[in-house]
Amino acid sequence: MQNILKQETMALAGDQAVAYAVKQSDVDVVAAYPITPQTIIVEKFSEYVADGEVETEFVCVESEHSAMAASISASVTGARAFTATASAGLALMHEMLFVASGCRAPVVMAIANRALSAPLNIHGDHSDSMAQRDSGWIQLYAENAQEAYDSIIQAFRIAENLDVLLPVMVGLDGFTLSHTLENVETLPDEAVKKFVGVRKFSNVLTHEGKTAPFRLDPANPMTMGPIALQNYYFEFKRQQEEAMTNALAVIQQVNDQYAKISGRSYGNGLIEAYRLEDAEVAAICLGSTAGTIKTVVDDLRQEGVKAGLLRLRTFRPLPVEAIRSALTNVKAVAVMDKCMSFGGNGGPVFHEVRHLLYDVPSRPYVLNYIYGLGGRDTSPVELRSIYENLQHILQTGHVEKPIQYLGLRG
Amino acid sequence: MTTQEWKFTAKDIAEKSDLFLAGHRACAGCGPATVFRLIMKATRGPTIVTEATGCMEVVSSIYPYTSWAVPWLHTAFETSASNASGIEAALKIMKKKCRLNHEHVDVIAFAGDGGTYDIGIQALSGAVERGHDFLFVLYDNEAYMNTGIQRSGGTPHGAATTTSPAGKAIPGKLRYKKPIAEIMVAHEMPYVATASPYYWKDLIQKVRKGLEVEGPAFLHVFAPCPRGWRSNAAKSIEYAKLAVETCVFPVWESINGQCQLSTPSKLIALAPQKKKAVADYLQGQGRFRHMFKPQNKKLLEEVQRITDKRWERLLKKCG
Repeated sequence: MQNILKQETMALAGDQAVAYAVKQSDVDVVAAYPITPQTIIVEKFSEYVADGEVETEFVCVESEHSAMAASISASVTGARAFTATASAGLALMHEMLFVASGCRAPVVMAIANRALSAPLNIHGDHSDSMAQRDSGWIQLYAENAQEAYDSIIQAFRIAENLDVLLPVMVGLDGFTLSHTLENVETLPDEAVKKFVGVRKFSNVLTHEGKTAPFRLDPANPMTMGPIALQNYYFEFKRQQEEAMTNALAVIQQVNDQYAKISGRSYGNGLIEAYRLEDAEVAAICLGSTAGTIKTVVDDLRQEGVKAGLLRLRTFRPLPVEAIRSALTNVKAVAVMDKCMSFGGNGGPVFHEVRHLLYDVPSRPYVLNYIYGLGGRDTSPVELRSIYENLQHILQTGHVEKPIQYLGLRG
Repeated sequence: MTTQEWKFTAKDIAEKSDLFLAGHRACAGCGPATVFRLIMKATRGPTIVTEATGCMEVVSSIYPYTSWAVPWLHTAFETSASNASGIEAALKIMKKKCRLNHEHVDVIAFAGDGGTYDIGIQALSGAVERGHDFLFVLYDNEAYMNTGIQRSGGTPHGAATTTSPAGKAIPGKLRYKKPIAEIMVAHEMPYVATASPYYWKDLIQKVRKGLEVEGPAFLHVFAPCPRGWRSNAAKSIEYAKLAVETCVFPVWESINGQCQLSTPSKLIALAPQKKKAVADYLQGQGRFRHMFKPQNKKLLEEVQRITDKRWERLLKKCG
């Protein structure tokens, strides 16, 4: 680890950390709409533009729908494109998210995860990005502002990898991370610029029969975003799935390479296993809740409880093998969902974790805890009660309620 | 705006390679196909085209075939102008960073009436306000033809469509065609024009002007659709002529807010007796057939009234 670079400690809220990472990542085009609901990311980045600190075309579009359209079109023209949004803004982008992944546009987007209306609520939960689960985007969730900074830088490398070429969204919990000041270690500008590198392009066969970089270039005309009917559409979609599979390895590689310059890594890039080796009871969660759960796990360990935590850093692609392997010895698992799938018998993370555990030789008990909707605080006491329930289940061999709500009135 | 107007002959145009190629799947007599071919004859160098979802997108890009000899992008229905914004921003910064292999690249955004009057107007208005350097072309066939002739904000008063059928109680579309080009003039943009493919030289000249102007340009092109208009496929260009002669679709341009009639409409302004009755244009189009029934006489009169009113308003604007 001798190559770790000297870093500067800055006091940054999650939003500012994201804007700073974007500033350092040699981004060509930022097309963003600052509202629905507003985040500091775009405002902070506008300051960099106004002060001439970045070489970036900033397009202050009139809606998130246009933000995503302009990001896609800038990306397929050959630019490195970034945007940011949250909640209703992400919902408005929904149509275009599928176009981004379908056009294989490696756009990077920060999501300050927030609840969806109605009733209107601007606070943190995962309803917004979970609703985009099947849009073909890679989804990373950060635990803290430091990871938000690091993940944005990594996201460009992941998205633009020629075996991937998929858009990446990096989630940071609304308010808990987006608006909370933390000490963030930042790399030197040159180091980040070097790490993200200059964007590369796949070589593809044009309709004129030439091999040319995959972008809109008058020297080599290409038709992008065409209509593909019953005879070809399916193959396009299958290729996206292959790219998602490729991303599993690429996310891990980028996590390792980043660790070499920064000294920081997040598990294997896909999941972070916290005190799981010999754990019998474990929780699985995304995002900032992991920080609180880690202290709860430490307390329980001191009391002799074999408790652990699996933090899912990468939700898409779902790291099936990594999760199975990390849970090998766990006997009871509580899956935490900061989101609801109405009428769906549990939350989305629960569905997926329980499904991937179906094929393991000895299946653990798997429960679902829905928590924190609309930014409701989740206390260590409540989190501790989850582990107590898991222990109770192990003692009795009986699951009374497989789906529970944490911190809910009545 | 350049001071020198582009000079070209029919031979120049005929000899210039097509950039919108044959082999597309447009219907016989398709006005938009002719419009697209003519417009792509007016390009002046490297060009990127983006297009909204619609007839011409669908007929020209059926994978693995394409009619486009220029780089072309489609993303969605409402995004033609926002696509152009992103493309233009990318070109600008790539040039600044010495990653563009061309001195300049023109950007043309096409959309039909649905993608302009209705679902695309927000993106269009935003892109124009931001001042992106691109030419937006509205090819107006006056309804959602790709999806089966549903009414749009560009459908004229009285026209029967599948969502404004001529019924026993309601005789076709009750509302009026949105004055879209005037709305664009109100954006105080550098160049707005209307054109008809019958007057093809005028159309080509306006495309070139729109490309040459720095900043956004808007071109509203009349584009007859025999399928949707229930009209004779052989008469599409004839209708494009009649629309101008009846002042249903006058041709004009607005350069930095200064409005002037283009020659075909100017001749009518100078000799008002040449102005034909709207019935001459409406006749023969199935979408207006019900208007010629005695009980719909008022509807026909109303179309004449609104046409005259809008023509008078235009004359005033053009001084």
